[in-house]
Amino acid sequence: MASLKDMRVRISSVKATQKITKAMQMVAAAKLRRSQDAAQNARPYASRMAAVIANLAAGVSGDGAPRLLAGTGSDKRHLIVVAAADRGLAGGFSSSIVRAARDRIAALLAEGKDVKIITVGKKALPPLRRLYGDRIIQSFDLSAERTLTLSVAKPIADHIISLYEAGDVDVVTLFFSRFKSVVSQTPVGQQLIPAQVQGAPVTDLQGATYEYEPSEEAILETLLPRNITVQVLSALLENMAGFYASQMTAMDNATRNAGDMIKGLTVQYNRTRQAQITKELIEIISGAEAL
Amino acid sequence: MADKLHFSLVAPEREVFSGDVDRVDAPGAEGDIGVLAGHAPFMTALREGVVVVHDGSASRTFEIHGGFADVNAQGLTILAEHAVER
Repeated sequence: MASLKDMRVRISSVKATQKITKAMQMVAAAKLRRSQDAAQNARPYASRMAAVIANLAAGVSGDGAPRLLAGTGSDKRHLIVVAAADRGLAGGFSSSIVRAARDRIAALLAEGKDVKIITVGKKALPPLRRLYGDRIIQSFDLSAERTLTLSVAKPIADHIISLYEAGDVDVVTLFFSRFKSVVSQTPVGQQLIPAQVQGAPVTDLQGATYEYEPSEEAILETLLPRNITVQVLSALLENMAGFYASQMTAMDNATRNAGDMIKGLTVQYNRTRQAQITKELIEIISGAEAL
Repeated sequence: MADKLHFSLVAPEREVFSGDVDRVDAPGAEGDIGVLAGHAPFMTALREGVVVVHDGSASRTFEIHGGFADVNAQGLTILAEHAVER
């Protein structure tokens, strides 16, 4: 049985851990609010962009359509971009994204497709490297980035586009975690290339037709790559918000567990101390009686 | 008073401007454009330059970079990679 001193040491160590997890939870909560705002602020741009592209895509079809929209006509070679967190201590946040991506990769391989992988974020790399090390062609580490802006997303998007332009891949899917609420983030796979046109063009032109300056094709050519950058950015922002939400929950649980542990240990400590006092009393009394 | 034009200027980080205005001047790829309410549907890439928003006697100026304008019945939307008020 542990001595009283051992138990005191144990209790104070758990208390110290609890202080750390409590602090981490509060930091995550503060950062969550900021990253949630950032994710929300980025939504109008992404949704307008999608609407504009839907409008344009309705007008451009057939042979004139850019390859980013129409695809290469094949779906043999897949590129899977896995965006996870850069830091840990956030429960199952990164591993759930990786798991979703892994399932897709396994399914694609089973169909006999060729799969290449790009990882974004430190935590995406190790679990995938173990299984598909030879398929990872590039990994991005964003842990040095303090704020997520377009300039962070651009190199990733440019790399994806250059692979596509070079004809190395046919289909590009981006895996990240969609931030639904603080308690719910779901890993999703979003197809980047060929571009997914979301819904029909909703704008009512009231009989008029669009004029384009320069041509529709030229506008699409510049817009589609930009749209990929924006999609990567909004995925990163959603990830960021999801990460902090997940970290906050994980740290809240850890704080509570530490509290339970302290309570249990304190009870045990007090019992042991009481038992020892009782034992000493008995010794004194029986010693006095013997006289 | 004529109808107002609904104008929104959106950057990836946030919506920079949104509201009803009289006129918006923008640097179109093939020449500057001025958009009033009831403009015909129109889409253009934008040069790097300034967007001036006129409302009554007030006007606000934004510097934009890497932009794109979409005019339709709902109004004018400018998507810019960078947009800062000057």
